[in-house]
Amino acid sequence: MGQSDDATPLKRTPLHAAHVRRGARMTGFGGWDMPVQYTGIVEEHRAVRAAVGCFDVSHMGEFEFRGPDAAGALQRLTTNDVAALEVGQVQYSLLCQEDGGIVDDLTLYRLGDDRFMMTVNAANIDKDWAWVTAHLGGRTEARNVSAETGLIAVQGPRAEALVGRLADRDVTRMGYYRCERATMGEVPAIVSRTGYTGEDGFELYLPAADTERVWEALLAEGKADGVLPVGLGARDTLRLEMRYALYGHDIDQTTNPIEAGLGWVVKLAKGEFLGRAAIERVRAEGPRRRLVGFEMVDRAVARHGYRILRDDAEVGHVTSGSYGPSVDRYIGMGYVAAALGAVGTEIEVEVRGRAQRARVVKTPFHPPRVKK
Amino acid sequence: MGSYPAGLRYTREHEWAQVEGTRARIGITDYAQDQLGDVVFVELPKVGTRVRQLQTFGVVESVKAVSDLYAPLSGEVVEVNQTLAERPEQINQDPYGAGWLIVIALGDEAELGNLMGAAEYEAYLQSAGGH
Repeated sequence: MGQSDDATPLKRTPLHAAHVRRGARMTGFGGWDMPVQYTGIVEEHRAVRAAVGCFDVSHMGEFEFRGPDAAGALQRLTTNDVAALEVGQVQYSLLCQEDGGIVDDLTLYRLGDDRFMMTVNAANIDKDWAWVTAHLGGRTEARNVSAETGLIAVQGPRAEALVGRLADRDVTRMGYYRCERATMGEVPAIVSRTGYTGEDGFELYLPAADTERVWEALLAEGKADGVLPVGLGARDTLRLEMRYALYGHDIDQTTNPIEAGLGWVVKLAKGEFLGRAAIERVRAEGPRRRLVGFEMVDRAVARHGYRILRDDAEVGHVTSGSYGPSVDRYIGMGYVAAALGAVGTEIEVEVRGRAQRARVVKTPFHPPRVKK
Repeated sequence: MGSYPAGLRYTREHEWAQVEGTRARIGITDYAQDQLGDVVFVELPKVGTRVRQLQTFGVVESVKAVSDLYAPLSGEVVEVNQTLAERPEQINQDPYGAGWLIVIALGDEAELGNLMGAAEYEAYLQSAGGH
């Protein structure tokens, strides 16, 4: 079994045995033993864009909030506008510190007038739980349901057809960033039209004990569609092509939403929330650096941590970088001094001690095909 | 499990060498390409570069990993596989054929004694090497 750094055993999702049975290559990720790939990262990536792929994302965390002040409490805790979130709607949002640093990025679901679910990154479950419970206030009931919740993402142009065949209702009409209760086979689920790939698709929240059943049903039913199980390797190349932030790489407690290009999920006009004053200041003064997308001009792979240079000076660093199979280029994201953030700016990435030319480009690198 | 052609010589770092008269063709083994995953980039030396046995001569990169290449034998680079720039995936698809990396003019044939044969390499993989 895999071991994490401090020799505590890695946690396992409800699908762990299924991955091992399929011969997946496993790796430790955020304290979890997860599949990096099954058949190959590039093949899995392409299958998602051309057909449909299924991802085990059960390691992510889920918190439920209930009570007459739940909306108000979440409004003060997160950056996006909870008052604008309708029942059956989902929003991407952030938890921020007083100094504007990002505690986590998340999706927030409104399941009822007074009922919400928050989905957080796997590596941050304990940190986020401590954070939200410390700031909630007395009248809101909160439950950490991560351990009892499985999560499968079904993504790609054929996702709608596949999920539609297994669901007890017509999911074709579900709008982007909307959610509904449904049954998959006989398993009760929360289904949302959300994802991390830029393709149309759904995320299925399931009781942990029934997750394997639904996983196997999807992979069996989807054979004719060309479905593949997809690991974290392709999950990363897919999101990179969309310029979606990865917590711990592109955003963390030292980055603020404005410099990260996430100002669009910060609604200063909504009222008071944690981090508001600091974020407002950055917005007013302009950020000192910007998270940009770039592509390599010289043939080289940019990777997390590599320095970004211009005129022999260090002007930033790479936060994410790799080969993008759908764009067939070496691409990346990184922070650069704000003055160098414009599309077209020529920069260099230091790869193994040598400066390789690159250029800031418009993102996303690949056109999104989410439900309109 | 994997494929380890009998006529080749192998290093502990999972490179192979095929002697062709006074030259040697060099690549990485089936085990190495499988461990790496999808290769997306290769950095190889220019023709004329001198390489030394078990010193690094380049880098192979997969989506997830960067891996040094170690020369199985010493010599001077006389050919470089230019098709890998556009199609690095040949290293995964055909590691002993189209995925060859460089050809060197052999410096010292005695160095072959430092390399493993196919059976020895396979045994090495079963024990310590296959981790």
